[in-house]
Amino acid sequence: MKQFLIFVKKEWLHIWRDRRTLFILIWMPIVQIILYGFALTNEVKNSNIAIFDQSRDVASLAISDEIAASRYFNLVKNVYSYKDVGATFRQGKIRMAIIFPQNFRNDLLHTNSAQIQLIADASDPNTANTLTNYAESIVNDYQQSLNQNQQLPYTIKAQVRMLYNPELKGAYGFVPGIMALVLMLVCTMMTSIAIVREKEMGTMEVILVSPLKPFRIIIAKAVPYLFVSLVNIITILLLSVFVLGVPIVGSLWLLMAESTLFTITSLSLGILISNGAKTQQTAMFTSMMSLFLPTLLFSGFLFPIENMPIPLQVISNVVPSKWFYIIIKDIMIKGLGIGAVWEETLILVGMTAILLGISIYKFKIRLA
Amino acid sequence: MAKEKVITAHELTKRFGDFIAVNKITFDVEKGEIFGFLGANGAGKTTAMRMLCGLLLPTSGQASVAGFDVFKQTEQIKKSIGYMSQKFSLYEDLTVAENIRFYGGIYGLSDARIKEKSSLLIKQLHLDGQEKTLVRALPLGWKQKLAFSIAIVHDPAIVFLDEPTGGVDPVARREFWGLIYEASARGITIFVTTHYMDEAEYCNRVSVMVDGRIDAMDSPANLMKDYSAGSMDEVFLQLARKAVRTGD
Amino acid sequence: MQPVVVENIVQNYRTKKTVVEALKGISFTVDRGEIFGIIGPDGAGKTSLFRILTTLLLAESGKATVDGFDVVTDYKQIRNRIGYMPGRFSLYQDLSVEENLQFFATIFNTTIHQNYDLIKDIYQQIEPFKDRKAGALSGGMKQKLALCCALIHKPSVLFLDEPTTGVDAVSRKEFWEMLHRLKLQGITILVSTAYMDEASLCNRVALIQKGELLSVDTPKNIISQFKKPLWAIRADEMYKLMNDITADTSVESCYPFGQYHHVVFKTQENRRQTLAEIAKKGNYTNVEIKPIEPNIEDCFMALMNN
Repeated sequence: MKQFLIFVKKEWLHIWRDRRTLFILIWMPIVQIILYGFALTNEVKNSNIAIFDQSRDVASLAISDEIAASRYFNLVKNVYSYKDVGATFRQGKIRMAIIFPQNFRNDLLHTNSAQIQLIADASDPNTANTLTNYAESIVNDYQQSLNQNQQLPYTIKAQVRMLYNPELKGAYGFVPGIMALVLMLVCTMMTSIAIVREKEMGTMEVILVSPLKPFRIIIAKAVPYLFVSLVNIITILLLSVFVLGVPIVGSLWLLMAESTLFTITSLSLGILISNGAKTQQTAMFTSMMSLFLPTLLFSGFLFPIENMPIPLQVISNVVPSKWFYIIIKDIMIKGLGIGAVWEETLILVGMTAILLGISIYKFKIRLA
Repeated sequence: MAKEKVITAHELTKRFGDFIAVNKITFDVEKGEIFGFLGANGAGKTTAMRMLCGLLLPTSGQASVAGFDVFKQTEQIKKSIGYMSQKFSLYEDLTVAENIRFYGGIYGLSDARIKEKSSLLIKQLHLDGQEKTLVRALPLGWKQKLAFSIAIVHDPAIVFLDEPTGGVDPVARREFWGLIYEASARGITIFVTTHYMDEAEYCNRVSVMVDGRIDAMDSPANLMKDYSAGSMDEVFLQLARKAVRTGD
Repeated sequence: MQPVVVENIVQNYRTKKTVVEALKGISFTVDRGEIFGIIGPDGAGKTSLFRILTTLLLAESGKATVDGFDVVTDYKQIRNRIGYMPGRFSLYQDLSVEENLQFFATIFNTTIHQNYDLIKDIYQQIEPFKDRKAGALSGGMKQKLALCCALIHKPSVLFLDEPTTGVDAVSRKEFWEMLHRLKLQGITILVSTAYMDEASLCNRVALIQKGELLSVDTPKNIISQFKKPLWAIRADEMYKLMNDITADTSVESCYPFGQYHHVVFKTQENRRQTLAEIAKKGNYTNVEIKPIEPNIEDCFMALMNN
């Protein structure tokens, strides 16, 4: 028994003496609970919507006010034509549009029934569903209030149209997200490990003392993973289309080009991490902690970003996969072209340039 | 006056499939002897030593260590021996005192005995004031001496040293061998493997393994005479050159 | 112009709590075409010195040049022309022998064929295994391969950091024979080792301990500078003998050297008598006393103790 206890005591001392790991073990759960408690919620709030009110009568305005006032919705703009509605969706500015027909109130008064059209962006099917349900319940409440002193009940029917994903297939939402995750993981983690492994094995010493320029060492490390990633992308796309039934509505070439760009962004990040890490273990750990989880959470495919507290929304802007997710969704699911995604593309290009620049600048040409 | 034999081995063999790592070695070691177990990498030294320590079951042959059979009484063997190797010795992130206490506890010493041994050891190694120093901060020579002392903290009958001296400075290396001499004088038998042929000359007797067999065994002085060599280094080179195996 | 010039190199390692003085002001020069040995135990500063000379580490102060190029400002030129074999022979374990050699040849803008005659003697010994992965080679073979990779571009100066550590005795001997043949081709070789006996295989050596040079000279000169007479003594019961001798006040040091103890006295007088008396007093049997010439290790230890 004594031998057992002394062994336990020794193990405790090992943990206690490794302050850095201890810090992480104690603080990480705390940080995570706080962070994710606030950030992660399936509850939808502040979703951007637009209203196309063709009547502008008492009833439609009353409903509009209710909707705008609700904490679920954030009225971004009022539009004045169907064309505008389409354009606003394409720009990715809204998740749902509410359309009141002409003579809304008149129809209600004269025929006791009227219709409202709800168009939702179903590239994220869960959120679309939730939003239309919220809207419908607000409309029902209004309907109830009208019916209080009525003999014949009024009915306001909501006609729901799910854009891009009429069958509300879950896969539409997560395939782009998985792509972002997989590329980020493969490229970043594997590149950083490959570079650090060279350091750990000692061969980095030898190749530094050679005519080989450090810049070329870095690029040479990344190139194979570029090819592996392309294979990954093609595989995922094939599986999505033929097995999961997710179509590629937009241009395949644009999709591949953007994916390649994102791959390069991830590779640059991997190189940056490898500069600081001394062991493969550190590289892997850093990749996981600083990339995998944020990508999962802040890219927007699991939990809508607009539901998070503002500080976290700001943080999400630095996560490359957030922008990639938007690009992929726009091209693959919504069938949009470069005109719709050029801003996000530019952001990714900028991030890549910065990351590569810093990595090369900070690459250690000496051992210490 | 026959001295007590603490290790006996008769045609001890270990096979891994078709490969015969240790091929019918026969030898014995007397109590208090410093016995050098030499051989090139791949000759079978480490395998043989593992069998004697009770860590590996032999394929055939017989052997006993401290009176216990290597086939049937491995647990008793482990309790009666000490072990130190170059690759591992002490826990770097524990202090000197903690290492002593830990190993003392593992070897089953009572608290009183651990305390007693601890102060003795610290004084002997001139580590007064360093009890709370992390082993990591000690110079290599001190680490080695401490590791050896801890390996015999429970006064075992035999201590096995697997390549114990690394690239320490020549003075530290000799101080280390001073400790070995002192332990031997106390009656502890020392079984040591080493790459340094001049250290082979410290031993009472040495054996040289080549390709799994023991090709020579005698005192260094006799071996040097037999092989007309000026040093153990030359003896070893003559024997090792005949080797067929060059594995790692 | 001398291939390697070192002037007052100082190097410190700082951790949170302590400062370790790895090199405390090292100065020496290496002549063209010589085998120059840096001899010292672990922690003496050998690897730090090598990393500074191969431009992998910046010294805290001091100056060093390789082939006339400064290690700090002209590091690119140095990296193009030297051969370097760090400890643990950095090879790609999962590439074959031939692939490793091809890789290093290519990054040095040359081919295996171009300088093949330089490495022929060495490579022929491992050529039968040229498709074997480097990780599956024995220590001696890895050593030979690493040497080939360091030579393949015909460097003007070769830096070998502890190339014989962890390698069996036969390979060690063969390695030094290879080095001597390379020297004949005019390559300047700087080699570090913890094995004192290898010092005699060098043209000149620098003995290094705890960041300081104890001596820089030919092995012969170092030995001739050992002024005090050296005695060897043996008997049964070596341990007790050593204690008895050390206890004598006229003895400066008594160290075990295998079969004999080496004894140095504090003065230059003939001390055979003293030893004989000690042996008689302790009733030792099979006593043998003889004067001997010091070797490098005796010199190193004497210099250490000064």
